[in-house]
Amino acid sequence: MNSAIFSRSRLALWGGCLALAFALPLVLKSGFIISLLCQIGIMAVFSLSYNMLLGQTGLLSFGHAVYYGLGAFATMHLLNAIGKGGGPLTTALLPFVGGLAGLAAGIVLGYVTTRKAGTTFAMITLGIGEMVAACSLMFPGIFGGEGGVSGNRVVGKETLLGFTWGPQVEMYGLIVLWAFACTIAMFALTQTPLGRMANAVRDNPERAEFVGYDTERVRFLMVILSGFFAGVAGGLSALNYEIVTAETLNAHTSGVVLLIAFVGGIGFFYGPIIGAILVTVMQIVIGGMTHAWLLYFGLFFLFMVLVAPGGIASLIVVQRALWQAGLLGRMLPHYAATALPVLILLAGLVGLIELGYALLTGDAGVGAGDTATKVLGMQLQLGTPGPWLTALAVTGIGIVLTRWIGGRLRSEWNATLATLHGDKA
Amino acid sequence: MEFVVISLLNGITYGLLLFMLSSGLTLIFSMMGILNFAHASFYMLGAYFAYQISTLVGFWPGLLVAPLLVGAVGALVERYGLRRAHRFGHVAELLFTFGLAFVVEEVVHLIWGKVAVDYKIPDELDGTLFTLFDTAFPMYRGFMMLVSVGMLVALYALLTRTRIGLIIQAALTKPDMVEALGHNVPRIFMLVFGGGTALAGLAGVIGGNAFITEPGMAAAVGSIVFVIVVVGGLGSLGGAFIASLLIGCIQTFSVGLSISITDVFALIGVELLEGSQVARLTITQLAPVLPYLLMVAILIFRPRGLMGAREN
Amino acid sequence: MKQRNFRSLAIVAGLALAASSAYAQVKIAYIDPLSGPFANVGEAGLKGFKEAAEILVNQKGGIKGQKLEFVGFDNKGSPQESQIQLKAAIDQGFRYITQGNGSGAAHALIDAVNKWNARNPDKTVLFFNYAAVDPTLTNEKCSFWHFRFDANSEMKMEAITNFLEGDKKMKKVFIIGQDYAHGHQVAKYAKEMLAKKRKDVKVVGDDLHPIGRVKDFAPYIAKIKASGADTVITGNWGNDLSLLVKAAKDAKLNTRFITYYAGGLGTPQAMGASGEGKVLQLTEWHMNVPTKDTEKFALDFNKKYPGVWFYYLRINNMVQMVAKAMNEAKSLDPKEVALALEDMRFKVDTGEVWMRKSDHQAMQPLYISIFAKAGGKNVKYDSEGTGYGWKTLATISQRDSQLPTACIMERP
Repeated sequence: MNSAIFSRSRLALWGGCLALAFALPLVLKSGFIISLLCQIGIMAVFSLSYNMLLGQTGLLSFGHAVYYGLGAFATMHLLNAIGKGGGPLTTALLPFVGGLAGLAAGIVLGYVTTRKAGTTFAMITLGIGEMVAACSLMFPGIFGGEGGVSGNRVVGKETLLGFTWGPQVEMYGLIVLWAFACTIAMFALTQTPLGRMANAVRDNPERAEFVGYDTERVRFLMVILSGFFAGVAGGLSALNYEIVTAETLNAHTSGVVLLIAFVGGIGFFYGPIIGAILVTVMQIVIGGMTHAWLLYFGLFFLFMVLVAPGGIASLIVVQRALWQAGLLGRMLPHYAATALPVLILLAGLVGLIELGYALLTGDAGVGAGDTATKVLGMQLQLGTPGPWLTALAVTGIGIVLTRWIGGRLRSEWNATLATLHGDKA
Repeated sequence: MEFVVISLLNGITYGLLLFMLSSGLTLIFSMMGILNFAHASFYMLGAYFAYQISTLVGFWPGLLVAPLLVGAVGALVERYGLRRAHRFGHVAELLFTFGLAFVVEEVVHLIWGKVAVDYKIPDELDGTLFTLFDTAFPMYRGFMMLVSVGMLVALYALLTRTRIGLIIQAALTKPDMVEALGHNVPRIFMLVFGGGTALAGLAGVIGGNAFITEPGMAAAVGSIVFVIVVVGGLGSLGGAFIASLLIGCIQTFSVGLSISITDVFALIGVELLEGSQVARLTITQLAPVLPYLLMVAILIFRPRGLMGAREN
Repeated sequence: MKQRNFRSLAIVAGLALAASSAYAQVKIAYIDPLSGPFANVGEAGLKGFKEAAEILVNQKGGIKGQKLEFVGFDNKGSPQESQIQLKAAIDQGFRYITQGNGSGAAHALIDAVNKWNARNPDKTVLFFNYAAVDPTLTNEKCSFWHFRFDANSEMKMEAITNFLEGDKKMKKVFIIGQDYAHGHQVAKYAKEMLAKKRKDVKVVGDDLHPIGRVKDFAPYIAKIKASGADTVITGNWGNDLSLLVKAAKDAKLNTRFITYYAGGLGTPQAMGASGEGKVLQLTEWHMNVPTKDTEKFALDFNKKYPGVWFYYLRINNMVQMVAKAMNEAKSLDPKEVALALEDMRFKVDTGEVWMRKSDHQAMQPLYISIFAKAGGKNVKYDSEGTGYGWKTLATISQRDSQLPTACIMERP
């Protein structure tokens, strides 16, 4: 890896991304897209902070939403406390307070959780996460009970360079700034001795102890720091949604961030960003298309666990390595050949699932926008075996073809990889 | 007095049901080192299978068939999913079960809908078993206890009196040695996973109609079962049993106690300041948190759990 | 309809969304739980709205020649998700929303709508509330952009306690509710009003349980039993009520239940024969209130959606009043529609519904009824196929149901 944190090519890449992020709303003006982008920005920070634990320190946490949620509540309460007395500048800085809250929570809870690594850590975080979530409903003064706490991000009458943060697009700008600042900080952290020690603790705790590092301390520090960034993400979500409920710190939120980081690729710094983009877009776009989106997402996740545990990022990295070795050309025809049966298989499966859902929900279909039953408006023939048999047949053909061509792809893949590694050696 | 006895009965019934879940989870964990996140999903599947069977041929066949079906599903999951994920290590296995829980819930949505299904108690068991201080104790709760205890005895006999039980016990502590002795450990794993999920399925069959059969039932019970396994001690069946009863009783009794934290401290002679939110909380309100508090306390003061032999 | 659907088979969602907004339709976003523990309640409501829009509006000429359509958005019962779904609806071009299940979600929506309207005066949104009964929504937190078509919790409790004033059988009361705004308010008003009207009655218990999470109510029933109460007052709804009465039935708890919501959504089935003569409810309507059109509507509805029983008369009232306001307003702009809806007096089957201008709270006749064996003149129809139905005990006229409001409305 490059030892200089900010090499020229890296600066160019980051600058390009920043420019792109700012240019997007100028091109895509729809409110829908901007809401989507805001959510991606927040989830990217949140999942990056999560990966500081899972990817970099090897700590599987099931309670990361606690830091996110506490950051969100702290931000919201301060926002409400400042009220009319503040201005857009104070509002813009509020996520930092969320970060501090996350950091404080990291100190308290991390002290308990980081004594152990591995499965024990996972279970303690699960228990603590559930405990905080259950407690949150008990103190309506702080967590607002079932209704949550809401606030208004537009405080006072003045503006900051014309910004009040009221319109969604201004909020988007604020999120982009914070997301970039956090991403750079988290990346810089991976290059510090602490970041490197975290990797060592992940890969071989005994040896790290032997060299003279206190693994418990390294884990503790990483939990605190990742708590900070999760808190910032929570603060941003508080400003973005203008409401925080107890759900922000429950097990479901913790689960989502785990899924995002894993799908994106926990072995790479930027993996969670890919995951955040992919999952958020899937959630909103596919979620708008079909009621079954969670099922598709769950199956996709299982597929990733079984086939590409390195996440999307690992797939990209391998392709890049192939390309650099001039081997990508050899694989491309095979990719193309595999795409067809996979598409057939997917079409069959999607057909079956959608038919099932259409049958279930019938005319009074439910879900975001009710579009699904209309897009696949097959209610007419649901009673007859026609569509079902078709979907089954397509699935069957897909399975057979995928197995056949997939086998060839795999042998070619293995051969290519052998060549690639042979070249390197 | 009446309240204590009735609550105790309710607590034990609930605790025994929890044990049916946690015993399977414990077996799976101690054999394979996997914390099966989808365990409660198999509980839910058991309830739904039993519901489906009960609409076709009645409750009684379902009592036997549904757990077997769930066990078969579990064995398939182990054979074609977990075993594959195992190559990538424990985290991948854990994540696999985590994703599986998602998928099971969605499949249940797909097949049975998002609304609770009307899974009824069979007419033969819909009545009063006995009346105690003029509160009726439903016959079905007695039946739940009977099934749970029956299962407990059967499980104990299986583990201590049969050859396969002995192998499982041996594999609990020394899997490598068992493999070296020529036993097919992967197949034992599949059996244990199938058996553990079948136990969860059985719990679902008898719990689904006692409470409610709906897609959220897995999530509702899932984290409690984890608490039990940790509190009892990872890998300890005896610990899981004690913890199940303990948590079952804590949950039923805490509901009934409307004394506040201030009152509790007053009992030991400490006066708390009036007005703070914490001090005014009653035990009833605290009920949902108590299991987790217990778990965290155990993890801090006795990390291997009540009866756990191993720390990790 | 089917033809058009078929052609759009291959269209991806984005296009479908764009295409659907091109039809000449007045669309109202229905933001309520369509999954989770209260999914049954949300689905029943959505079916009610769709049916009411079709029969009562679209078949009678629609709104300025356009069709009225309700589109479901799943808020999973969560306030935060409600806001996210509101955003999604606004992004898709919706200008009207409706919600009912959960005052927490209603609070979140009212806040979000107020903020949105202040920031986007050219794209305002109007919120029709059909069932969230937290009194603050039309008192301290009242808004020009919010209309409520159900009697609020304070009005309901006032009617119930007025009824109980003459009931000398009642000695000890146990109050149980869901631990959120609505449950808290039911408990608060019940205690306040009983203390005023029935000084002799003792409140022997006052419990809150987590909403939507309790699967086994047996411990609560044991507690009620131990308290010696003869009457239970609860504002529970959905599964929280069904499971409560189911547990009471199992333990043969012999107390009277006074409820807001026992009339539908699975609760009658959960009670069965055990509820006879013991369960009371306060509603704006039930199947045995003599009506002309509603009776037929309800019977048709029950036939069309087997397993879902018509329950919400106020949905029909709301749909008709909103359609009338839209037809009378100068334009379909939410502000104009709101102005037309204010102070509207609308004749329905049970009497007159008046949308009070000062707080946007609808006033309507209310009925207290008891679960009784079906048959005869008073209990013509049973409820949910149980063989038991609701028998009117008392009628509260629209005028008697009114209570003063503390609303100071900011008008645009």
